[in-house]
Amino acid sequence: MKRIIKLTLLVAVIITVSAFTNKTEVAPLGYKIGDAVTDFKLQNIDGKMVSLEEFEESKGFIITFTCNTCPYAVAYEDRIEALNKKYTEKGYPVIAIMPNNTKVKPGDNLAEMKERADQKGFTFPYLIDEGQDVYPQFGATKTPHIYILKKEDGKNIVKYIGAIDDNYQDAEAVKVKYVENAVNALLNGEEIKIKETKAIGCSIKV
Amino acid sequence: MLNFWLGIKTIYNFKFMKKIILIFIVILVSCKQEVKTDDKVETETESEEVQKQNPLLVYNFEKLEPILNFEDDKIYVINFWATWCAPCIKELPYFEQLNAQYKDNNVEVVLVSLDFPKQFESKLKPFIEKHNLKSKIIALDDVDSNKWIPKISKEWSGAIPATLIYSSKNRQFYEQSFNFDELVTTLKHF
Repeated sequence: MKRIIKLTLLVAVIITVSAFTNKTEVAPLGYKIGDAVTDFKLQNIDGKMVSLEEFEESKGFIITFTCNTCPYAVAYEDRIEALNKKYTEKGYPVIAIMPNNTKVKPGDNLAEMKERADQKGFTFPYLIDEGQDVYPQFGATKTPHIYILKKEDGKNIVKYIGAIDDNYQDAEAVKVKYVENAVNALLNGEEIKIKETKAIGCSIKV
Repeated sequence: MLNFWLGIKTIYNFKFMKKIILIFIVILVSCKQEVKTDDKVETETESEEVQKQNPLLVYNFEKLEPILNFEDDKIYVINFWATWCAPCIKELPYFEQLNAQYKDNNVEVVLVSLDFPKQFESKLKPFIEKHNLKSKIIALDDVDSNKWIPKISKEWSGAIPATLIYSSKNRQFYEQSFNFDELVTTLKHF
């Protein structure tokens, strides 16, 4: 009997290990425009687990990889909150995901995330990618890093990847609002003009 | 059954990998310590000349671009960093060391800071003075990063630390951190 238990355990370990190996092999590719996103289940700052399938009413998502400790992410906090306020009711809520290893960046741990969200009055879910396995699936490399998804035939399809707008220094001086333009295009059934943008950000800490 | 043996193999590979990673970390750590002591020596003998007298060079991308495209016999090492970027600060001494040891061998290091302009006086300048940085430093102040990031490299996602190395022979972009040995090894390809 003991042997059988041992064997079962061994098999379980093997499955886990091989699953892990597969994941790291697939990971670096990341999603491209037009790809369907695999749903995730991540812990929110209120302790509850959140996944995309719960948002039955939404037309899509503004997935935002962000954190407390990156000055670029901090510079965009208010703009991320404004996006959530503006677009949740239109069917595109913000889902923020904190991708950093909290051992490297203790300022990004769940308690600190909660405190920051309270201070700033975030109204969007602020999830922690504790296993650090969701951000590689997306191919996120930095904070902030945005992925706009649209629901099509029950799948979440990537429609936009990149920056929020064209001025990290000064929200008042922004000329092009990439994310707003993209979501507006989706809401109007139009083609998104700028589907991918680049911006400076902090590398995700592993 | 085949799966089972493959699984066992995977476990052994995994263990083996762990060992390699451990050895790698040990090597890395020992490297780090070595350089750290160098760095200490440097700061102890700190003299307050050069950088203090030079005002901070603040460029937009148009002004920076020629520096990324010199056509001479030098190897240019352009490192993108910021005072708030922990992994950048960690690798900075290696770029300084490279500059000190290789500047007579046709290698030029340029440190391009992406600090926020409002922190040039309060953070960047004091940092440069405190660490007595000798490499050429340029603060890039150009908000439209979507325009200039792809011009530096199509491969760059925009995350820092990042480094461009180029010569007349070769041009490569690295969205990664370096230690000193890695820098020296990489330079051999240029």
